[in-house]
Amino acid sequence: MTAITYLDAISQAIREEMRRDEAVFLLGEDVGTYGGAFKVSAGFLEEFGPERVIDTPMSEAAIIGSAVGAALMGMRPIAEMQYIDFITCGFDQIINMASKMYWRVGMPVPMVIRGPSGGGTKGGPFHSASPEAWFFHTPGVKVVVPSTTYDAKGLLKASIRDNNPVLFLEHKLLYRHPELRAELPEEDYIVPLGKAVIRREGEDMTMLTYGAMVYQCLMAAKVLEEEDDLEAEVVDLRSLTPLDRETIMESVKHTNKVLIVHEDTLTGGIGAELAAILAEELFEYLDGPITRVAAPDTPFPYAPPLEAAFLPNAEKILSAARKLAAY
Amino acid sequence: MEMERADLLQIYYFMRLTREMEDRTRKLFLQGKIVGGVYTAQGHEATTVGAAMTLRDGDCIVPQHRDLGMHLVRGGSPRAVMCQWLARGNSPTLGRDGQIHIGDMHHGIVPMISLLGESLPVACGIALTMKHLKRSTVVLASCGDGATNTGQFHEALNFASVQKLPIAFLIENNGYAYSTPTHKQFAVKDLSERARAYAMPGESVDGNDVLAVMEAVERALEHARSGQGPSLVECKTFRVRGHSEADKADYVPQELREAWLKKDPIKRFEAFLQQKGMLNPAVQTEIEARVKEIVADAVDFAESSPEPDPATVADFVFAPDGPIAIIGTPEAQDERYVNALDRRTGRPFTAVSKTPLTLPEEVGRR
Repeated sequence: MTAITYLDAISQAIREEMRRDEAVFLLGEDVGTYGGAFKVSAGFLEEFGPERVIDTPMSEAAIIGSAVGAALMGMRPIAEMQYIDFITCGFDQIINMASKMYWRVGMPVPMVIRGPSGGGTKGGPFHSASPEAWFFHTPGVKVVVPSTTYDAKGLLKASIRDNNPVLFLEHKLLYRHPELRAELPEEDYIVPLGKAVIRREGEDMTMLTYGAMVYQCLMAAKVLEEEDDLEAEVVDLRSLTPLDRETIMESVKHTNKVLIVHEDTLTGGIGAELAAILAEELFEYLDGPITRVAAPDTPFPYAPPLEAAFLPNAEKILSAARKLAAY
Repeated sequence: MEMERADLLQIYYFMRLTREMEDRTRKLFLQGKIVGGVYTAQGHEATTVGAAMTLRDGDCIVPQHRDLGMHLVRGGSPRAVMCQWLARGNSPTLGRDGQIHIGDMHHGIVPMISLLGESLPVACGIALTMKHLKRSTVVLASCGDGATNTGQFHEALNFASVQKLPIAFLIENNGYAYSTPTHKQFAVKDLSERARAYAMPGESVDGNDVLAVMEAVERALEHARSGQGPSLVECKTFRVRGHSEADKADYVPQELREAWLKKDPIKRFEAFLQQKGMLNPAVQTEIEARVKEIVADAVDFAESSPEPDPATVADFVFAPDGPIAIIGTPEAQDERYVNALDRRTGRPFTAVSKTPLTLPEEVGRR
């Protein structure tokens, strides 16, 4: 067995689902002949042919809208956004067409929209987006944010088999990260949507996070242990919709302090909703202010010093955690 | 196009049924029984009925808000339509949406949304699936003159052309997008000129001449069915009333409206049928009786239907797990599939009439 990357895991998930189910197909810009901008679908055209691996024009609304139409016919399309930033060009097909369809008319729309999100690659304002909050706010769309190679494969398979529109946000910084290489089970498996996982146990505070920020939290937690004698529990949400309230609540009840960390900007972000839930549900359990570490409310900057200043990291998390621990 | 008398009467009947349904809808609105906006399509009947009459089993319509005629020709249920207008709990949307935002994939009717032009990429996905499954079926996707100015219209036409998808795009050019006349919307003379940009056939026809519409759409569908890809048909018609019933449309010059009223598609077809000796007063009386009976039944049914239960407000956001059938396959209505039934109610979808709507064959034969 060989250790594969997070990107390989995504590629394997799609390939295996396309082999398993004729209804699954892939469409997007440069996904066929070129194998995708990040090579997720390299070799797919040769294996599955041009009717199941469709190179589209540069038309995100047509890509997502066609996926909705195919899904209404009972297919299970996977629409790739070359960079997740471009999803805004097809926004309304998700917001007004796909997300409301089952609720309005009882017809399921089983489709996945996936693509590289997140920053740290010097992508600048148009190739670094973390768009989850827009869709987190939209009833009828599931939002999945894998952080490990195992999860990337298992969550993507679960997303493809789901009967709803699923937004699958791959973090491009993790695609080929050598430390994420993992040996995956030979047999078919899924990771169910809506189940968070505790990446590190601790009793002094809970860090709620997802995607690439899981690793920054783990690094901060290690320092807290070594230098401050504090044990932080790191909860990886894995999917934002559905949200695993149970795991979140259990952890916070146990630690009584909570630090929410995300790469997306602060205002109206996932952290705002998590904070509201915790304030409403666990007010009497909290021994300190619900604290958020997120990007500042600006567009995503290009120059390396600006990008570094913008992105949350272990150091910023550590500083916030120490303040919180002092309560 | 040679057609039997029975077919011609069928066309006339559906045009009348469409008009009568909308006249009655307007009355319900004036009586304060419809809480939301009312959009009707007086003047479009030749276009919507004519275009839909050319379809076959397994074909699919992707209609917009002025396409009640298409729904009815394809079996759309008048009861369901009236339940939609009256926001009933047993409407196809369970009161969650109004208007003719309804459909049933098993009968090839795709539910529209209010954002016009956005159904056209969806039509591409349906046609893509038909092509992928090597079916000989086709999609008839319509939009208004206004929607031809959206990006999605152009993305859809381009993608359909590149992929040679089996679609006939139908533009119902009724002169106005809400209050905006066509000369403020686009600089081309005929909207069929847009076809050239996507290397597909395009033609403009008199949208108030039902037989001309049928011939043009038939050509477009034949092109699609034979694997040659999409076409564009512009039907030039006129929106006799306002954008909605809240719109007096006083921006429309009186003489323009009067000129179009003289070209009323139903009156014109009626005159044609009378001239051919196919429509005498006795037959007309029979048709009118059937139309009135269907509309009255639909309104009675809707008025006696319950409002939605407020306790259900948070329900049905997500579809349940389970296998999904490919629409149009023999097993697609097997109840083990999530999309075989309306899972929200556990019962069959209701947007399509269970009893045939068509004019009984004996009409006009006595």
